[in-house]
Amino acid sequence: MLNIIDLTKKYKNVTAVDKLNLTIEDGEFFGLLGPNGAGKTTTVRMISTITPKTSGDIIINGKSIDRNLTEIKAKIGVVPQQNNLENEMSAWENLEVHGMLYRIGKDKRRKKIDELLEFTELTDRKDDLAKNYSGGMKRKLMIARALLHEPEILLLDEPTVGLDAAARRKMWDLLKRLKSKGLTVLLTTHYIEEAEVLCDRVGLINKGKLIQLDTPANLIEEVGKVTVEYFDDGSTHEEFFRTRDEANTYAGSLEGEVRIRPSNLEDVFLKFTNRRVES
Amino acid sequence: MMAGLYGILWQEAVVFKRKFWATTLGNMVSPILYLVAFGWGLGGSVQMNGMSYMAYIIPGIIGMNTMMISFSNTGSSINISRLFYKTFESYMISPINMTVYALGKIIAGALYGVYSALLIVILVSVFTTDLVITPYFVLIALLNCLVFSAMGFFVGLLVNSHSDMSKFTSFVITPMSFLCGTFFPVDKMPEVLGWIIYVLPLTHTNIALRSSGESAGQMALHVGVLAVYFIVLFILGAHHCKNVE
Repeated sequence: MLNIIDLTKKYKNVTAVDKLNLTIEDGEFFGLLGPNGAGKTTTVRMISTITPKTSGDIIINGKSIDRNLTEIKAKIGVVPQQNNLENEMSAWENLEVHGMLYRIGKDKRRKKIDELLEFTELTDRKDDLAKNYSGGMKRKLMIARALLHEPEILLLDEPTVGLDAAARRKMWDLLKRLKSKGLTVLLTTHYIEEAEVLCDRVGLINKGKLIQLDTPANLIEEVGKVTVEYFDDGSTHEEFFRTRDEANTYAGSLEGEVRIRPSNLEDVFLKFTNRRVES
Repeated sequence: MMAGLYGILWQEAVVFKRKFWATTLGNMVSPILYLVAFGWGLGGSVQMNGMSYMAYIIPGIIGMNTMMISFSNTGSSINISRLFYKTFESYMISPINMTVYALGKIIAGALYGVYSALLIVILVSVFTTDLVITPYFVLIALLNCLVFSAMGFFVGLLVNSHSDMSKFTSFVITPMSFLCGTFFPVDKMPEVLGWIIYVLPLTHTNIALRSSGESAGQMALHVGVLAVYFIVLFILGAHHCKNVE
């Protein structure tokens, strides 16, 4: 279980993360959804010990990161937003080095590498240099690397950013397979569909603050499952309704181009922050 | 601890093997130019301290080249991995002790320097038979590689742009290569400048590599100075390594 208590990060006059409180249960696939600059990556970097926190605490399975740093590092797997593979090494060599750094015995390491290359569908390209991989393959290899030491918590920072639609779908399939294994995952994303498709619960984050936290279905239910979208005064507006009938009635009172559609997390975010996620 | 250290060195060995010819040929260019220009060209008509200029300059070229290779390999590697490839972060999040990481990277950079020294020894055997390699010579060359690899590690962590790495090389490494007794004895310099130069590590490397007629105390002094430089730079690098973001 991951507990984040009053986690704060300040850079001079800017507060990137502001007293964030979160609990992620064992086996949960948790999404942190917010626009660029919301504080998602800073949060992941603080949990993965790259960025020092200003205040607050991070507790993993009852142990504070402040007093058990080395032990906790071994329990976390991190897939950063930016490729940080050794480009002059093959996929297999990247995994081999990672296994050595995490002190995994040779036999277990080699067996696990084969398993993970299979899991990420990279077995056929395992001897290719990482620099020759496509963006999607690099991301898969980073996931394989993060899983090699069998972490208790996996941190995925925008795992599909920069990927084309087809590669993103493939990555979702991989993440769904990961989800079915029951691993605890914290995923950050600014893609609405990604959060809806993958996450058990979603935290909406804006300007470093957690705005809402619930299952995607409950968040949408709270705002209204049906959205009426219309164009007026030079911009698009949305109104949210609990039922289709209410939406139809409202739409009938409008002039011009009107669209009735199911609400999504983008609408939830817009309702609470007056800001779009995928902006 | 040893598994982590072995992992870092194994990774460096894999990359070295992959770039073997580029590294080997790249390491040979400068020494060949210096040997041809100063050894054959200028050196044909110059005697230095009672010996041929070629015999005089070879230890200096070994000192200078091992300094440059060790410094630049470690410095560039750390700086680029921090600022561009972000591979440094993958070590930060791993349970490896960052002091072990520092040690691994410094040893790897120093081994590049040792390899360049080996290439020069092979090269100069074509030019002359004047070079005498003693255990003391090997110790000094190794210490020189470690000192400048540790310096590269620290500077690579400290500076936050590639251009600042080049500036450090221009303002510190390049002047040392010309002033610290590589091409001429330090005592030819004005007295005040001579004292400043005598404090610099490459000066002790160059004097020690020539090691002509020095007492045991003087020889030990050179080892001591280089060892102190290495220890101080290693501590600074390892400490900074834990705090760098």
